[in-house]
Amino acid sequence: MTAETASSTSARPNSLRQGPDARGRFGIHGGRFVAETLMPLILELERAYEIAKKDDRFKAELDYWFKDYVGRPSPLYFAEPLTNVLGGARIYFKREELNHTGAHKINNCLGQILLAQRMGKKRIIAETGAGQHGVATATVAARFGLPCVVYMGETDIERQKPNVFRMRLLGAEVIPVKSGSRTLKDAMNEALRDWVTNVEDTFYLIGTAAGPHPYPAMVRDFQSVIGNETREQILAKEGRLPDVLVAAIGGGSNAIGLFHPFLDDPEVRLVAVEAAGHGIETGKHAAAIAGGRPGVLHGQRSYLIQDDDGQVAEAHSISAGLDYPGVGPEHAWLADIGRMEVTAATDDEALAAFQTTAKLEGILPALESAHAIAATIKLAPQLAKDQILVLNLSGRGDKDIFTVASSMGVEL
Amino acid sequence: MSRIARRFHDLKAEDRAALVTFLVAGDPDLETSQALIDGLPASGADLIEIGMPFTDPMADGPAIQAAGLRALAAGATMDRTLEMVRRFRDTDKVTPIVLMGYYNPIWARGPERFLAEAGAAGVDGLIIVDLPPEEDEELCLPARAAGIDFIRLATPTTDSARLPAVLLNSSGFIYYVSVAGITGQKRATAEVIGQAVRRLRAATDLPIAVGFGIREPEQAAEVARLADAVVVGSALVDSVAASLDPSGQAQPELVRAVHSRVERLAAAIRTARQQS
Repeated sequence: MTAETASSTSARPNSLRQGPDARGRFGIHGGRFVAETLMPLILELERAYEIAKKDDRFKAELDYWFKDYVGRPSPLYFAEPLTNVLGGARIYFKREELNHTGAHKINNCLGQILLAQRMGKKRIIAETGAGQHGVATATVAARFGLPCVVYMGETDIERQKPNVFRMRLLGAEVIPVKSGSRTLKDAMNEALRDWVTNVEDTFYLIGTAAGPHPYPAMVRDFQSVIGNETREQILAKEGRLPDVLVAAIGGGSNAIGLFHPFLDDPEVRLVAVEAAGHGIETGKHAAAIAGGRPGVLHGQRSYLIQDDDGQVAEAHSISAGLDYPGVGPEHAWLADIGRMEVTAATDDEALAAFQTTAKLEGILPALESAHAIAATIKLAPQLAKDQILVLNLSGRGDKDIFTVASSMGVEL
Repeated sequence: MSRIARRFHDLKAEDRAALVTFLVAGDPDLETSQALIDGLPASGADLIEIGMPFTDPMADGPAIQAAGLRALAAGATMDRTLEMVRRFRDTDKVTPIVLMGYYNPIWARGPERFLAEAGAAGVDGLIIVDLPPEEDEELCLPARAAGIDFIRLATPTTDSARLPAVLLNSSGFIYYVSVAGITGQKRATAEVIGQAVRRLRAATDLPIAVGFGIREPEQAAEVARLADAVVVGSALVDSVAASLDPSGQAQPELVRAVHSRVERLAAAIRTARQQS
C-alpha cells in the first residue's frame, strides 16, 4: 500500500521526489564520501536495495511487519486541548510514539533488516544517540535471529540508561564509545570502523536519513510510511491536505518520512525544527542548517557544525537524539531550494513543551518530538482556526524522564 | 619528472623498496613535529606522509585518532600544516611529501585554494581517505590538473571489476591497504600481500606501496621484498605517544626515539632484497 503510493506519484516530471541523482546527490549535498574499503559494500547495498524496492514481495513483507509487529498504521490524533489553548490552527499528532519500541525508528529498522536478510548478512551493527534506534535495531535483530552490536557514546549511555538496559535485554551488545564528544557522532565513527573491519558478513543499519548514498534515500523510503499514512488519514478526517507539517530534525529521518510524500504539494508548508540547545548564538547547539555550513562527514556532504578550519564541532542538545552536528542531505537540499522552512527550539523550550503536552494531552513526548511541539506552540497561534497543522510525535518520552526530572531539580 | 616519480625511479635502480613514514602534523606539538619531519630523510625515510589532523578520522585506529587530537589541542591548523611543509622544503628539495587525511578540512578551505597553497608549499601528492573514485570531480581531477599526484588506496575489497576504476585517475603510486580495517590493527601475511601485489602489478605500472599493521623491521623487510614501498604509520605515532610525559608534553628524547625507529626500519628495508 504505502510504498505503492510513493512510487506512483514520484514519477511526475519536475517532481521534487525524484532525488537523489545517480551519484547520490541532492543538489550539492549527499554523495559517497567513504573509504575505498567500504565502497564495494555501498555499491552492493545500492544494487540490493534497487532490486528489493521494485519487488512486490519485499513490499508485502514489509507491510506485514508494519501491521502485525509495529502496530501500523499509527493514529492521526486531533490534539484538541492543545489546539484550544493555542487558539490557532487545528493541531494533529501523528502518533509514531505508539509504535512498537516507542518511536518511528522501527519503520526503518524493519526495512533494513529485511534487506540484510535478503543479502545474506549475518551480523548487524548500529549507532545510537538517544537509544531509540539502538532499541529498535536490537529488537529486529532479536526477532530475526541476528547478532547485534550497538555503538553508543559514553555521554549518551549515562543520560539514556533505560534504553541501554533495554538493548541488553534484547540481546544486543552495547559498546561504549569513549572517543571525541562521546555522543552520536562518535558512535557513528566507531560503527564505520567496525564495518570497515568486518566487511564480509556485517550489515550497517544506519538509523537516520544520512550517511553515504544509498542510506539517505533508503531510510527516507522506509520512513515515508509516516507521510503516506498521514495523507490518507487527514484526507479522511478533514477532506483536504494539511497546511503545515512540523517535525524535529537531528539527522532527520522522522521529518523526511513525514515530509517526503508532500514535497510536490506546494500548498503544504514543511517546517523542520532544529535543536537550538542553549541558543544558536551561544555556539552550544545542534542546529546544523541554521548554525552550520556545508561540510563532509560520515559519507555525505550536508550542513555541518564546524570551525573555519573544517574541524567538526561538538553539538549540544538536551535531546540525545538531536545531539548531532550534521543533518541528512535531502533536508539540506530542501532548505537550499526553499521548499522546507527551518526553525529551532532551545533546550528550555523543549522542556516546557514536554510538560505542557504531558498536562494537556496526557502524552509524554520524547524530548526530540518536544522540539517540534515547542515550535508548534509558537507557530499555531499565528495560523487561522481553520488551518491544519500536523506534527510528527516521533517518539515517547518515558526514556527522558530522568533528564526532565533533573532539569526540574527533582531526583528520581 | 615529479619528485615522487624521480624517487621511485632512483630506488628501482638501487633495487630496493622505499620506506614511507607517516606522522601527524602538529603531534605532539608544532615545534617537535617540525623537528620530527625535518629529520626523517636523514633517518632513512624515502617518502614522507604527513597526516592532516581531523576531529573525526573514521578510517583510523586509536593511535592515529589520539595523535590527531593531540595535534589539534596543540593548535594544529591547515595553515600550520602547510607552513611545516614550506619549512621542510627550505632545506630539502628532493624528498617527496604526501599529505594524508580527510576531505572536510580541504573542502572548508576550498579545493582550488588548497591545491594552489599545497603546490606552492612543496606538496607532491595527496591521499584523501574519504574520496573514492566516485567523487573524483571533487579533488582528484583538480589535483592532477594542478600537478599534484592523487594517490589512491586499493584494499582487499577492491575486486578485479572495481580495480580499473580505482586505477583510472591514480598517480604517484598505489597504496595497497593490506587488511580491511582501520590503521594500526591487524597485519596481512606475506603470502596474501604477495598475491595482492601481483594482481596490482598486472593492472598498473605505478609503484605499489603496502601498509597497515607494519611495525617491526623484519616485517618491513618482508614487505620490501614484495612491494615497491613499505608504509609505516601507527608504529611511529606510538613512538611519539610513548615519549610523552604524564601531562602529555614531549620529553627531550622523543625526536631521537622516533628517528631511531625510522633508522631501524630503513636499515632492514635497505638490506631486505640482498638477503632473499
